[in-house]
Amino acid sequence: MTSAKSWHRIGQLTDIPKLGARCVLTPFGRLAVFRTADDEVYAIEDRCPHKGGPLSQGIVHDTSVTCPLHNMVISLKSGKVLGPDEGAVRAFSVRIDPETSAIELSLTEASAEAPYPVAAE
Amino acid sequence: MQKLVVIGAGMASGRVLEHLFETDPTAYEITLFNAEPRGNYNRIMLSPVLSGEKSYEDIVTHDEAWYTDNQVTCRFGEKVVAIDRARKVVVGEKGEVPYDKLIVATGSVPFIVPVEGRDLPGVIAYRDLDDTNIMIERSAKPGAKAVVIGGGLLGLEAAAGLRLRGMDVTVVHLAGHLMERQLDEAAGYLLKKDLERRGIAVLTKASTQKILGTSHVEGVELADGTVIEAELVVMAVGIRPSVQLAKEAGLEVGRAITVDATMRTSDSDIYAVGECVEFEGTLFGLVAPLYEQAKVVAKSLLDEEERFSVKELSTKLKVTGCDLFSAGDFAESEGREEIVLRDPAKGVYRRLVLEGDRLVGAVMYGDTSDSNWFFDLMKNRTPVSEMRETLIFGQAYQGGSPLDPMAAVAALPDDAEICGCNGVCKGKITGTITEKGLTSLDDVRAHTKASSSCGTCTGLVEQLMALTLGDSFNPNAVKPMCGCTDLGHGDVRRLIKAKELKSIPEVMQELEWKTSCGCAKCRPALNYYLVADWPGEYVDDKQSRFINERVHANIQKDGTYSVVPRMWGGMTSAKELRAIADVVEKFDIPSVKCTGGARIDMLGVKKEDLPAVWADLNAAGMVSGAAYGKALRTVKSCVGSDWCRFGTQDSTGLGIRIEKFMWGSWTPGKVKMAVSGCPRNCAEATCKDVGVICTEAGYEIHFAGAAGLDIKGTEVLTQVATEDEAFEVIVALVQLYREQGHYLERMYKWLKRVGMDSIKAAIVDDLDKRRHYFDRFAYSQTFYRKDPWAERASGAVAAHEFRPMADLSSFKEAAE
Repeated sequence: MTSAKSWHRIGQLTDIPKLGARCVLTPFGRLAVFRTADDEVYAIEDRCPHKGGPLSQGIVHDTSVTCPLHNMVISLKSGKVLGPDEGAVRAFSVRIDPETSAIELSLTEASAEAPYPVAAE
Repeated sequence: MQKLVVIGAGMASGRVLEHLFETDPTAYEITLFNAEPRGNYNRIMLSPVLSGEKSYEDIVTHDEAWYTDNQVTCRFGEKVVAIDRARKVVVGEKGEVPYDKLIVATGSVPFIVPVEGRDLPGVIAYRDLDDTNIMIERSAKPGAKAVVIGGGLLGLEAAAGLRLRGMDVTVVHLAGHLMERQLDEAAGYLLKKDLERRGIAVLTKASTQKILGTSHVEGVELADGTVIEAELVVMAVGIRPSVQLAKEAGLEVGRAITVDATMRTSDSDIYAVGECVEFEGTLFGLVAPLYEQAKVVAKSLLDEEERFSVKELSTKLKVTGCDLFSAGDFAESEGREEIVLRDPAKGVYRRLVLEGDRLVGAVMYGDTSDSNWFFDLMKNRTPVSEMRETLIFGQAYQGGSPLDPMAAVAALPDDAEICGCNGVCKGKITGTITEKGLTSLDDVRAHTKASSSCGTCTGLVEQLMALTLGDSFNPNAVKPMCGCTDLGHGDVRRLIKAKELKSIPEVMQELEWKTSCGCAKCRPALNYYLVADWPGEYVDDKQSRFINERVHANIQKDGTYSVVPRMWGGMTSAKELRAIADVVEKFDIPSVKCTGGARIDMLGVKKEDLPAVWADLNAAGMVSGAAYGKALRTVKSCVGSDWCRFGTQDSTGLGIRIEKFMWGSWTPGKVKMAVSGCPRNCAEATCKDVGVICTEAGYEIHFAGAAGLDIKGTEVLTQVATEDEAFEVIVALVQLYREQGHYLERMYKWLKRVGMDSIKAAIVDDLDKRRHYFDRFAYSQTFYRKDPWAERASGAVAAHEFRPMADLSSFKEAAE
């Protein structure tokens, strides 16, 4: 990455239930921030590419979410629709501050080279 | 009508009765004695009961209703004292019964090793349900130790069951290797290793010297001085035919009661069947020949010609994960040669014994897939010299290219035996499937008996069904819940109860889920099963609920929600309507309409407004209508005797009573109800999951209707005289459905799967059972009859659901 990202604190890890999600309002619309069983966090657009369903309301399993409207399964890592269907939503960078467990979100799209959550060693 | 008396209600005599009723139900008036205080159950399935994989109810062959329907006079729990042949009467403890024909089916008693201490409490045999219950009870103590004396079929099944229940188990076996009558040494060794891997200690060449203990068993001492601690000792060293009664009656008895090929004893009016029988010098312990005998007895009783003969037998062990098979004679001797295949890495061992160009014996361990084929070669005395080179590899390698398993089944001749227990051949199964239009495994079991005893041929039967029915065969019984497991809903429900699994991670761990945390299909199902099975203990996992049940409103296509408050029985008031009107205006709710269940629906509520909407509705006394859940939905009613000139009963009152008692309960699929006050049925009760039609005489209770994807009129469950009875029946019925239903299986599908008889037996015929189901529902309701709206409106529960975590909308950054 060439330019430094700016990170926004959006809350604590514990604000999101395990295998759950919370919404964050942004200039690009609503994002859904997910917490997995292993306490990883991911952020994707809260709009299913199929019919616009709110992904934040779906059932989270492993690193995927099932859309509540028509059961499309979307990867939290890539934002891509899994299985035989096609489509994708934008995924955003998000990390956990290891000191404070605060969740920080960057409003730039996650890039494939920067694996996340970015945990500072 | 002639009088038939049967002494002993076991598997053999039970089968005799079945054959009799099938052929000529009016031929005999029947009295059945049984020393055990219960009827016929599938004794060979005691092992799965012990291991917890099945319950006693699952293995009952004939229940009370069966005996009643067939007009059998049952004298259970009563011993027979004597047979008076001169007067042709059977003398029971409570009185005499005259007979024209008599069947002695006294079975066998376990052989107890005559050592010191054998009478101590805690020393038992493994023979009947009482023994099994003692074993289950003893295994409940953490760290308890057991010794099983006898490493034969029965002993090993007992050991495996006790181990599964968490006991520390040692098997003490006299011979040099396990199951020496069925296995050769090599297979015995592999079996021993497999059992040891499961944590069962195995001592061979071990002779029991005495059983230690003063007031209760404390251990077992072997001849070499070894002492093994134990709080439970199970003797499984063999059986002895019960012949005392027959002997005292003067019947001819050798090692057991002697019979001829028509199963008659030395008295031509007295038959004997089962383990108490000796025929041509042979005794019988496996189920297949007993069923064969039963058929002969039934025919003889109806004066039809049928003769019993001794056939080749095969054995399988019912211990999950230990696949072994043996048949025929595999002793080495002059003129015999053998073919052996070993694959130590895979734990596979096969040995075939040939005499001339015939196969006379087979032992297989680890891979028993070709056992039926070998067994057929043996029974039919097929010449095998031409395929000798490849014989050991099994059927797939006989000429041409390897066959897939389906092709192997397809290639079996019509007279190939599929079910050894019940002697059912391939042609009978495929023929019956076609003739009767059978589509499920349970149907095939019911009509042919195949796979209904020990169950090891279930896979083969399913393959035959697939073969016969083609793509239309949908093996519901084995259809996995989802991609995360190979288990079906039924198995998962059963194992949750049997293994007392009380959380989703526990279920996934114990039942070997293939994914780390399930998927959107299995998690809601598991959550429901745990909610239903462990009320008060299980903590509802909200993240495993579909969004509607998680936020207690119905998600709409645009991500807004709809809200439906409860109106008991459909009754409302000015106050409630005013509150609804106010809420609609205050929150700018775009649509208001009446639902199909006669309630008011407010559509287009923003998620963040939900708690405030609920608070206002709560303030007017309204609670959640659960219009979003797999739960009790609405109870529609008509105005009944309150207003209607045709009304016969207070249908509104009953509707309100039901809804007020049952609201908040979770069910496998949604439950919609209705109560109509007369047969004109204005509440449309006859297409509901549960419906009541009131009449002058009382209440007709309907259920299993549908008016959605499928349209189906209800079935009548029963008719009762009072409202209290109607109420109890309905609650009990829903509880039965809650306990048995598969997740998302509506009531009409549940009925189709389990059958009307079983539901009637639990809810209509047996008042005690009905009461138990009612009580369990009532208990569960003490936890679930709570308004989820009130909990959330106050902000006490799930507050995070209803507001965004952060608002970054003012930050201006490019997404590029």
